[in-house]
Amino acid sequence: MNFDLFFQYIVAGITYGTIYAVVAIGFNIIYNATGIINFAQGEFVMLGGMTAVTLLRYLPLPAAVLAAMIITMLVGGLIEILFIRWLYKPSVLRMIIITIGLSILIRETALHIWGEGVKALPYFTGTSVSSIKLGGVFISPQVLWVVGISAVMVALLNVFFNYTITGRQMRACSVNREAARLCGINAKNMVTLSFMLSAAIGALGGCIVSPITYVQYDSGTPLAIKGFTVAILGGLGNSVAAVAAGLVLGILESFSIWVMPAAYKDVISISILLLILFVRPSGLFGSKEAANLKEF
Amino acid sequence: MRSRMHLALFGLVAAVISVQQVTAYTGSEYYLTQLTMSAYYSLVIVGLCLLMGYAGQISLGHAGFFAIGGYISAFLTTHDLSPLKDSGIVVFLSKARLLSQRTDLYGGQLLTVQPWAACIVAILATVVIAYIVGGPVLRLKGHYLAMATLGFGTIIYRIAIGTTALGAADGLSDVPPFRLLPFLEVSGEMSNRVQNYYIAWGLVILAVLFSLNIIHSRIGRALRSIHGAEDAANAMGINTARYKLNTFVLSAVFASVAGVFLTHYNGGIGPSEASIMKSVRYVAIVAVGGMANLWGALVMGTLLNFLSLRGYLGTYDDAVFGGILIIIMLFVPQGLLHVDVFRGLRGLVLRRQNEKET
Repeated sequence: MNFDLFFQYIVAGITYGTIYAVVAIGFNIIYNATGIINFAQGEFVMLGGMTAVTLLRYLPLPAAVLAAMIITMLVGGLIEILFIRWLYKPSVLRMIIITIGLSILIRETALHIWGEGVKALPYFTGTSVSSIKLGGVFISPQVLWVVGISAVMVALLNVFFNYTITGRQMRACSVNREAARLCGINAKNMVTLSFMLSAAIGALGGCIVSPITYVQYDSGTPLAIKGFTVAILGGLGNSVAAVAAGLVLGILESFSIWVMPAAYKDVISISILLLILFVRPSGLFGSKEAANLKEF
Repeated sequence: MRSRMHLALFGLVAAVISVQQVTAYTGSEYYLTQLTMSAYYSLVIVGLCLLMGYAGQISLGHAGFFAIGGYISAFLTTHDLSPLKDSGIVVFLSKARLLSQRTDLYGGQLLTVQPWAACIVAILATVVIAYIVGGPVLRLKGHYLAMATLGFGTIIYRIAIGTTALGAADGLSDVPPFRLLPFLEVSGEMSNRVQNYYIAWGLVILAVLFSLNIIHSRIGRALRSIHGAEDAANAMGINTARYKLNTFVLSAVFASVAGVFLTHYNGGIGPSEASIMKSVRYVAIVAVGGMANLWGALVMGTLLNFLSLRGYLGTYDDAVFGGILIIIMLFVPQGLLHVDVFRGLRGLVLRRQNEKET
């Protein structure tokens, strides 16, 4: 195999890996705030991409992406308020089934609004054939957008969680809900906020990746499974590790095309998920002791 | 307990027979087709109810087991072995009367595996896969278990839709009838509609009888203790891992058998049978019936599948199931039929008796 092709595989892996990491971060934010896995996380990504495509008719691209993020954010908040906020100590099984139900409803609503067609945003700069020469290999400019925006987003999230008062309140709730409430933090609002935040992040992910991967009413679930794989791989709740794990999975997946037909690409990543769950449920970077303490 | 159980079973048999009689009387026998298909889906649901309601383990991959059964029997009964006619294995198989010769639609000769043999292979394969998958998967809990079973279902779906030998997106068709006895065969023939209805429901009744016996036995009590408090059950000396695994395998076999029969009945199987949405539907129906309520799951399974198959839900088919899941889990997580009407009535009657006695 020549070096150029090798590098192209790496680039493709990084692109997909970044998106998986974005979905995984969405999982982590809600998990940290509530201890539940939101099975509708992939639908936020789909919703973001679809809304942006529709808004593009009326707005310039950056405004459409921003508006799509805000709309998805509101949907996320609304879902939390309507379906989750008022439940009293719901069991894990109950939460799993409710979020699965939500993901179906969002998907079916999207089907009735946008139909079955495949949609995509235009490339942020250039077209699908334009490329940038980087040290002997050609890279689509959209790849740089995906990686760049995601990197900025992760940096901003870090600032938010470490240096703003709201972000620190959210972290306090995830460490110890009771103690946080005793300190006067409204834990319920923090949960709503976590849903809004992770919906907005998902929507942004859906927008930046849609020129490359396209978006369709049912493109959420596969992304959710990949995102969950990455979240587990990095250790549930750990967003920095999720980025590393996302890149690992993306690159593994893109090289799997070598050994298996492309139709089985998902089989590879899900087998990795199963393997990790069986062998090391605390994730590649997580500690075993910490995982044992979690409520499962 | 026993007598009530037998009474309920008797009621089921009576209901099955009377529904058939009514359709025959009113000339609406076309309903039987969907009722037969609903019966096979209900078979999956009865198994899943044992696993979810009694052993307390969620599975979002049961459509995978259904597809394993269906695809294996469809593949074996349609894959032409004549090019390999002279190879040792094929000669041995035909000597053992495991192969059958038939003509296809275009008059060509096909040498395929007998449906009986294919059915047995499908069930054995399911048992093996369920043991291999279930062993590690059932050690997980909560979200991890849900995601792992979802992952298993997705793998099966991807394999079904990505393998050309399995017909890829088209699935397999032209599956021959399955002759159970010389006068009984599972097929989509119009003339066989009534007997197929009884075959399907007979299977369901057998499965229910078997499941009820399990529930009211030592195993059933052990399962309920796992559902209630697994650590406590372990401390009492119940081998919880083994009970969970065996229930998982049993429910997988129910799903697989349903897959085999429905594939012969429909004359084919497509990848949509393996999709995640199917698995979610099964879970939805068990949830609606009330997790640990076999009868509730059976009634709801038949009703909802019938409505869905008749097309009454239109383009909102999946949305209805999603909506049901949410509403049930938000407001009545014990299930719709678990609302204690009967206990309330019985309480009234008993109290009156007590008053008389005193």
